[in-house]
Amino acid sequence: MAGSVKEYTLCYHCGQQCEQDIIVADDKSFCCTGCHTVYDILQANNLCTYYDLEKNPGANQKNKKNSTAFAFLDNPEMTAKLLDFQEGNQAHVQLYLPQVHCSSCIWLLESLHRLHAGILQSRVHFSRKTIQLAFDTEQISLREVVELLSKIGYEPALNLSDLGKKKPQNAHRKTWYQLGVAGFCFGNIMLFSFPEYFSYADFFHEEFASLFGWLNFTLGLPVVLYSAQDYFRSAWWALRQKGVNMDVPISAGILALFIYSTYEIATGTGAGYFDSLAALLFFLLLGKIYQQKTYDTLSFERDYTSYFPIAITRLKGNKEESVALPALQVGDRILVRNGELIPADGILYKGEALIDYSFVTGEAVPVSKTLGEIIYAGGSQQGAAIELEIVKEPSQSYLTDLWNHEAFHKPKQKNLATLSDVVSTYFTFIVLGIALVSAMYWIWQGDLSIGIKAFSTVLIVACPCALALSTPFTLGNSLRILGRNAFYLKNAEAIERMAQVDTLVFDKTGTLSETHRAQIQWVGEALHIEELAFIKSTCKQSSHPLSVRIYQHLEGAVHEVHEFTEHLGKGVVARTPEFLLRLGSREWIAPQEMAVANAVWIEINGQVKGYFRFEAQYREGLEQMIQTLQSRYDLHVLSGDNNQEEARLRKIFGEKAHLRFNQSPADKLAFIESLQAQGKKVMMIGDGLNDAGALQKSEVGISVTENINQFSPACDAIISAPSLRQLPDFLRFSHQSRNVIKASFALSFAYNIVGLSFAVQGLLSPVLAAILMPLSSVTVVVFTTLLTNALAMRHQFLQKKPTL
Amino acid sequence: MSVLVVLIGISLLLALSFLFIFFRAVNKGQFDDDYTPSVRILFDKPPTQAKEAQVKEEEKKEE
Repeated sequence: MAGSVKEYTLCYHCGQQCEQDIIVADDKSFCCTGCHTVYDILQANNLCTYYDLEKNPGANQKNKKNSTAFAFLDNPEMTAKLLDFQEGNQAHVQLYLPQVHCSSCIWLLESLHRLHAGILQSRVHFSRKTIQLAFDTEQISLREVVELLSKIGYEPALNLSDLGKKKPQNAHRKTWYQLGVAGFCFGNIMLFSFPEYFSYADFFHEEFASLFGWLNFTLGLPVVLYSAQDYFRSAWWALRQKGVNMDVPISAGILALFIYSTYEIATGTGAGYFDSLAALLFFLLLGKIYQQKTYDTLSFERDYTSYFPIAITRLKGNKEESVALPALQVGDRILVRNGELIPADGILYKGEALIDYSFVTGEAVPVSKTLGEIIYAGGSQQGAAIELEIVKEPSQSYLTDLWNHEAFHKPKQKNLATLSDVVSTYFTFIVLGIALVSAMYWIWQGDLSIGIKAFSTVLIVACPCALALSTPFTLGNSLRILGRNAFYLKNAEAIERMAQVDTLVFDKTGTLSETHRAQIQWVGEALHIEELAFIKSTCKQSSHPLSVRIYQHLEGAVHEVHEFTEHLGKGVVARTPEFLLRLGSREWIAPQEMAVANAVWIEINGQVKGYFRFEAQYREGLEQMIQTLQSRYDLHVLSGDNNQEEARLRKIFGEKAHLRFNQSPADKLAFIESLQAQGKKVMMIGDGLNDAGALQKSEVGISVTENINQFSPACDAIISAPSLRQLPDFLRFSHQSRNVIKASFALSFAYNIVGLSFAVQGLLSPVLAAILMPLSSVTVVVFTTLLTNALAMRHQFLQKKPTL
Repeated sequence: MSVLVVLIGISLLLALSFLFIFFRAVNKGQFDDDYTPSVRILFDKPPTQAKEAQVKEEEKKEE
């Protein structure tokens, strides 16, 4: 086989480049048997429309789980926990399918009933990547459903957290209902207020004024009692905490509006301000919905349970059995197959362990472990199955113990007040002051009724509608703009916190360096072309991930290797007539040499030639990013590794930065705590499970990920790795968003001064209120949206298409 | 002019029915997923249609 000729054949199923062993069927090429099998199934069931809707729609099938992977679903107890609903023969289940990505996926998954008659209905929720399935338990079991899905390339992701019963969140729905009620009442109240607006009052007065008044009152009731609920609740909560938030003046305004309008209607002295009341709630709720933009696909709340599997294979004598992870006990022996996760700290007692810790530490190169060594939970086994004896319960292991820290048991501290909270404190007191002073003035003048009117209308007109809208619309829009640039924030509040940060802490491995691309360097004496070709040929024979990388790295032709023996945990020996090659670990080949991390040593004809070193590669644009950040932030680097990289990092980060090595997950958390104790406001940028504590503890935790649909630990924001270099821009943009809020505050104050000047004189009429209120709201909304968009344009944030 | 009272009654009823329709739409999840339906409608033969009627009853029970 000629290895040097590159062929660019794309797999018909998954669209990836076929590397070797192309399978050709029906004039179509497939990169692996997995992809071919899926095609076969679809072909046999007349479902090839799948391939017509989108080009190469499938997910790559190279790394598939084995057939017994879902055996645990036969356990009725576990099945009951996963099902949403079961009655008679019919069961409903919701599964998360990370592979869903195009319209073909939707079509195929909603055609499942054609593959198996037991499937009654399937419905895809594309943005959440979930499928809602109804199936007949007489005809198909949950295990068979899951296996059917994985057979066609959509393997459901089932994790430990799925066992904790949770209903799909319908939190948004309540806001929609409230908005509907407010909108309905707003429209109708406006209608009944028209005579008042157009001075038909005299004409209508005798017959209808009181009828319309009471109709408006009736329509106003649901607005106050239902739509405004959350504002009252939040205001009450703030007052009980002896604080004032934006909802306090809003609630005061709503109450003043309601009580004063009711009083006017009851006494027949006026038409009331119910139209303004309903309009206020309608706009406020619109702002709330706009701010609630969430990324359904992403989860910001994940802990280790959404990473660990539901079940594992336990060995009892010679028998394998599938048990739920929480049931695992110290002393149990378990079997971990290729690609499976180590669920708890254990001692290796059989097999060759090669553990990929990339999700934990971000480390690109798998670590090999020898018999009797302790293997920490969280890594996944690469290669043949291994057997472990559990030494710690899953929830107590080195990594998961982190979640027992108090940082995970209380909500993120609110030591960074939002702008609107600060402003509303002053605002409330000033408005109350003005209201009291003007009421007292009129009473002193001897006019009690104007005094009451002035007092209530000051509260009404100063009700911070525009003020309250500027934050949700500015932040909501910024959230969307950042999302377009692959920087996804958990909520709008996080932008404000981001703007106040003064210290940045970076994790090293996986955050600053790339997880999936290690640079290979040859250290030692120069090698001949034939020697290199021989090393390449030998590496082709081995399935060890490091061999595979050396094979891909080296140029040259591949020859036949006559004798090839693999020594578990040590390396390989290969022989040709001219050469005897030994390739493997330092301990095995050159125990006398200095230890080097992540190295593969080479010995040819009994002579140690040197080693291939796998060096972490720093992300592109890192230096530039750090240079920009340096001047404005305190920079820190926390690394779980030894200080081998110190010199390189020092060069990038400069003299002022603080570098720390050999940091355990708990150390990282403690370090953030110590910075906060010094009054710093910390942003942590990390990637793996070992950063989870620090991400949780910091004011803003950002999780870096190569693939946004993959697991990332709990955090405030998820950033796609290629966007990391834009971090300085994002930070500056968050500052500017905060300034936009300030500017729109100024604008709404201007409106308030105009309104107040009428109110203190007791001159505010319902028409004036009905015009002023929506006008100020609309201008503020337009102002903030245009300004944030203009700023985003300057940062060139608007050029990319939205991805989620 | 008292006919106005009747008209007001009718207009309120009409508006209430719109509110009811909106509630039903929210309840059915039309505001939860704003992407999938836009794709689904483009399929020549809606894949789930056949089974839908059958399942509808069950769904009601669930709620």
